[in-house]
Amino acid sequence: MSDLSNAANLSTIEAHLRSEDVNVWFGERHVLRDVSLTFPVNQVTALIGPSGCGKSTFLRTLNRMHELIPSAGFAGRILLDGEDIYEPGVDPTNVRLKIGMVFQKPNPFPTMSIKENVLSGLKLSGRRGYDATEIVETSLRRASIWNEVKDRLGDPATSLSGGQQQRLCIARSLAMNPEVILMDEPCSALDPGSTRRIEETIEELSETMTIVIVTHNMQQAQRVSHQTAFFLAEDGNPGGVVEFGKTEDVFNNPIDLRTNDYVNGHFG
Amino acid sequence: MSSVSESSKPVPAKRKLAAKPHLVQDKVFFGVARAAAVGAVGIVGLILAYLLFMSWETLAKQGFNFIFGSQWTAADPENMIFQIGPMLWGSLLIAFNGVILAVPMAIAAAYFIEFLATSRIAKIATTVVDLLAAIPSIVIGLWGVGVFTPVAAHWAELLNQNLGFLPLFKNEAGSFVGSPFIAGWIVAVMIVPIITSVTREIFSQLDRDVINAATALGASRSSTFMKVILPTSSGGIVGGVLLGLGRALGETVAIFFVLNLSFEINWVDVIEGRGGSIASMIVAFFGAATPEEVKALIAAGLVLFVITLLINWLAAVIVAKAQPWRK
Repeated sequence: MSDLSNAANLSTIEAHLRSEDVNVWFGERHVLRDVSLTFPVNQVTALIGPSGCGKSTFLRTLNRMHELIPSAGFAGRILLDGEDIYEPGVDPTNVRLKIGMVFQKPNPFPTMSIKENVLSGLKLSGRRGYDATEIVETSLRRASIWNEVKDRLGDPATSLSGGQQQRLCIARSLAMNPEVILMDEPCSALDPGSTRRIEETIEELSETMTIVIVTHNMQQAQRVSHQTAFFLAEDGNPGGVVEFGKTEDVFNNPIDLRTNDYVNGHFG
Repeated sequence: MSSVSESSKPVPAKRKLAAKPHLVQDKVFFGVARAAAVGAVGIVGLILAYLLFMSWETLAKQGFNFIFGSQWTAADPENMIFQIGPMLWGSLLIAFNGVILAVPMAIAAAYFIEFLATSRIAKIATTVVDLLAAIPSIVIGLWGVGVFTPVAAHWAELLNQNLGFLPLFKNEAGSFVGSPFIAGWIVAVMIVPIITSVTREIFSQLDRDVINAATALGASRSSTFMKVILPTSSGGIVGGVLLGLGRALGETVAIFFVLNLSFEINWVDVIEGRGGSIASMIVAFFGAATPEEVKALIAAGLVLFVITLLINWLAAVIVAKAQPWRK
């Protein structure tokens, strides 16, 4: 499938995160087949495709969140800076420190204040000796929410609006200083204004980190991403990548007919 | 352009809405529901009225000493003294003892069932815990006196030998049988199911995304449990614990079997073989009681009732305060 892709255009850029022949099962059900994608440094990659095509599942294999589902099976390799994160000696919690994640629904810790939420990752992973004030400000600034919350850092995180909560969740992830951030439809629960702000944040963040974003919104994929992978699962077969390449190519000159149909809204 | 505030048009009259039932079957249904609700409150009120009516004489005669004193003499009709201090304190001591022992077990069991066990094992574990709740307390009492007491007395002895320098674990009386410690264990066995089932329910309602967020931030399972799951569920767990505490306070027959009732107040020497319990005292004395004494026992029941009400009220306050993020 991936030989149809435009990936050749990207091979000159340094690979940061790479998947090789990733296959996923839930129990006996084979849901993803041979997904090989390259996520270069400081690039935003959008994963698009209809519901149930396995794009969110694939995203979760990238930081080993996938294996929290008891029936989950996995084959293939995920390489971060050339090292396979599924090697037996690798601690999954360390993988997740390097590869942060933002979820579909804003999920700040309800018992914690705004400030505590930003610092929660550091506390949860048992880190010590950090400058809390500095980390809180830097992380909130990078998530472009600092100005809105700087005077109310002690307020409960749940007092924020949905869009603000989502940016707080991004800040919480950034506080861990990850190399990669995975975003699973981060705007699907938000209004257009909040969506635009998150997209701006993604753009700013991409200057310093590698971002992988699952989105249902084709315009969003075009606005924020440098490269796009189109996932599809046909007729009960496991999902896979139909086409992968520069975003403008995938949307404007797709090689595969199915990609063309999907990006032009003919199905999905 | 018309302005809302300056409108000269009169406000239309309010129209009839179907807020109240107007169909016959709805009226009947509402009536039955309301009667049941009023009935429940009414029964509690009648019980309270009966208790007050029967207790009045004793409370008036004995005054505050009824609660704080430590003497019970029904033999001399001219000078009957009814004081339940040791029993009241004993009930509280045993209940707290039971809760302290039960809570860690219950929370651990709930965590296992909800987060660690496969669905088959979880089903089995849930059934077993629920079965524990179905064992009649008389059976637990018999097991307590026949099987458990020797074992727990041995544990108490070990505590005394190794931690006897703590006031909690000293034992000057020498006997380890019939202590609040043993009664506390018995109560713990009886309240573990209710606390487990409430906690499991609370855990199952937690937003899995919040737990996933902790995992995605590199948290281990134990730190996720301590710093996210427990604080988020604390209000609900406290509610479950207080339900258990209510049951522990009222527990009668099982404690009656294992506890050595004593009117000499036992403040904190939990492993010493003497203690008190209002409910067990009522059972112990009721059969051979004089009419005067029966009234005193009913007054003791009233005190227990009031304390349970207070604890329920406290539960409501704590649950409300523990979850400020819930509007």
